[in-house]
Amino acid sequence: MPTNTKHRRFVATAVAVTLGATTLAACGSSDDDSDAQSGPAKLTYWTWTPGMDKVVDLWNKGPGKEQQITVTVKKQASGDTLVTKILTAHKAGKGPDLVQAEYQALPTLVSNDAVADIADEAGEAKDDFAEGVWQQTTLGSDAVYAIPQDIGPMMFYYREDLFKEYGLTVPTTWDKFAKTARKLKEEAPDVDLTTFSANDSGLFAGLAQQAGAQWWTTEGQKWKVGIDDAATQKVADFWGGLVAEGAIDNQPMYTPAWNKALNTGKQIAWVSAVWAPGTLTTAAPDTAGKWKMAPLPQWSKGEETTGSWGGSSTAVTTDSDNKGAAAKFATWLNTDREALAALAKEGGIYPAATTAQLSDAFAEPPAYFSNQPDFYTQAAAIAKTTAPSAWGPNVNVAYTSFKDAFAAAAKDRSDFGDALKTMQESTVADLEKQGFEVAE
Amino acid sequence: MTSTRKEPSGVTGTPGGRPSPARARSRGRGAPYLFLLPATVLFALFFALPIGYALWLSLHKVEVKGLGLGAGARQEVWAGLANYADALTDSELLAGALRVVGYGAIVVPVMLGLALVFALMLDSEKVRLTRFTRLAIFLPYAVPGVVAALLWGFLYLPDVSPFYFVLDKLGLPQPDLLDGGPLYLALSNIAVWGGTGFNMIVIYTSLRAIPHEVYEAARLDGATPLQIALRIKIPMVAPSLVLTFFFSIIATLQVFSEPTTLKPLTNSVSTTWSPLMKVYQDAFGKGDIHSAAAGAVLIAVATLVLSFGFLRVANSRSQQEEAR
Repeated sequence: MPTNTKHRRFVATAVAVTLGATTLAACGSSDDDSDAQSGPAKLTYWTWTPGMDKVVDLWNKGPGKEQQITVTVKKQASGDTLVTKILTAHKAGKGPDLVQAEYQALPTLVSNDAVADIADEAGEAKDDFAEGVWQQTTLGSDAVYAIPQDIGPMMFYYREDLFKEYGLTVPTTWDKFAKTARKLKEEAPDVDLTTFSANDSGLFAGLAQQAGAQWWTTEGQKWKVGIDDAATQKVADFWGGLVAEGAIDNQPMYTPAWNKALNTGKQIAWVSAVWAPGTLTTAAPDTAGKWKMAPLPQWSKGEETTGSWGGSSTAVTTDSDNKGAAAKFATWLNTDREALAALAKEGGIYPAATTAQLSDAFAEPPAYFSNQPDFYTQAAAIAKTTAPSAWGPNVNVAYTSFKDAFAAAAKDRSDFGDALKTMQESTVADLEKQGFEVAE
Repeated sequence: MTSTRKEPSGVTGTPGGRPSPARARSRGRGAPYLFLLPATVLFALFFALPIGYALWLSLHKVEVKGLGLGAGARQEVWAGLANYADALTDSELLAGALRVVGYGAIVVPVMLGLALVFALMLDSEKVRLTRFTRLAIFLPYAVPGVVAALLWGFLYLPDVSPFYFVLDKLGLPQPDLLDGGPLYLALSNIAVWGGTGFNMIVIYTSLRAIPHEVYEAARLDGATPLQIALRIKIPMVAPSLVLTFFFSIIATLQVFSEPTTLKPLTNSVSTTWSPLMKVYQDAFGKGDIHSAAAGAVLIAVATLVLSFGFLRVANSRSQQEEAR
């Protein structure tokens, strides 16, 4: 395995050097012999973070001006459609220089040779990030495919006032979580603790990750898919059981009905991530100041682990003519104090860089959580306990399969174990169809 | 009978009669080709080329080596008809096609039936406020499909819908419109609401084109308004009915925005509910444009066969009637 990786990296470097030489030659012919690395560079950056143009302005007027590297932001739609767009642009050889990519999309992008290895240019940024976060950008190799930008450590959100009213205590284990749901049903049959929603696969992936699941791993030159592993089965059975007995709701989240349920106290808790205050502000505006955040319930008493839901990174594409300059910008954007403060203020992101999590930008709690002054201190402590995640080259297929299989199971209140099996099978079938070798 | 069937049907877009040979010779042989050039170039660039590319894509696939990481791990290779074989044996695509057939069996008759009834009513002499009514029925067509689906979607959700509020207050049963069989009604309702106006205008326009002497003659013969509608008006607007039917079949087979918009609101609509949604999912969810291309080609072929098959049947029937 190590020799293979080295060999591949050698090939990749060789290709990169050849490409670099071609671009140099192209530059030289049009102008006098200026070096592509130190000459002025114009970079384009595809991102969906709101307010990113303001953060990039800081670069263009400051460090970017000194180094003659100008970055232009091109606003994009978030999520899976951007991955497809990047891959299409890459196929045409017209990709931008920098792209925002969710962690789980990185293997797909790497596998399509769309993002470049920037270990030489940006490898030293490693120390700014928690190990579990950094590992997602290396895919377990000695390459570095992106710089982490934001993270989404998972937490438990609940209505403090209603918990008191119904005589509930904040569950510290999943076992207590189930008991809380049942007790609430006895106290108030019309009210649900929460819902199991099948329309965002990231939530389930994060819960599985907390339980210790490793969905994609490698064995030599083969991928191993562990979606139907013991840890994920435990998570699926737990939620499937609660849905089947009617202890929690089975309707999807992010619907007008869900907003109303949160806003009127028909649902009084939400398993979510650090970005939840933003969602709650728009979904349940009337209940500001009544919610509180606590660590996610644990599988065994005394444990301290959480999963992550969401988060993204900045990657340099293989199409870029100025990979060095692009890597410099990506490193600045995600490790520089001034940049991170602006990202928090303009983009509302929760930074991946550990030092930034306790910076001045996060001294005050979010306005919605004014009743919890130490919101971000707690969040930073929880972020440290994030379990490592293992993404593979067809996360998109697994995610789609999750949505369809678990939506049907939630609707029928049927066995979630069968849905999980479907998810495992369609993921393996897709890998095999693409020609990957899959270990049993 | 066989000779009449070979006549080109108007809708296929065959150019009209050619000039007589003598006149063509006098203008020079190159001229027609010169005039054809712009159309040919545009046709080739924006029609033949994209279709050709889709066909080419559908005959290829991506093959990965090893872990698929790093440069050169992915290759586009010839797949032959493998993508088509996969699509045709995919139970989800077949199930999606059946769902669309069920949906179409509700939408097409209801929408065209309503459009015809409305058009006949507007055309009758007793009706008042014609202009306003015509506009009111047509207006939903001006609402974009996605907006219409969102609007109805909100009305279908029990917790936020005013309808359910009223049902609740009256103590009436509150059906779940976003599940099982009622889901088809819910989806069809959106299409009928949006499409009836357009079809009504088409039928109404051709009703207005019927000369009034025909009605006068019928009335002198003692025909009631109902008899005039059934025996004169409907047969005379039959070509418009054929046309609207033709458009409706195509629109039904391509249903996409309504179920896609309702999907986030319910667990009952899967990401591959209709065949076109599966194509979208293949291309943008899975990133597999080759399977998506094969699916798209299959849908196009099915649409062509069904819609032109219908036209052929309709044409041959009307020609038979004329022959009688």
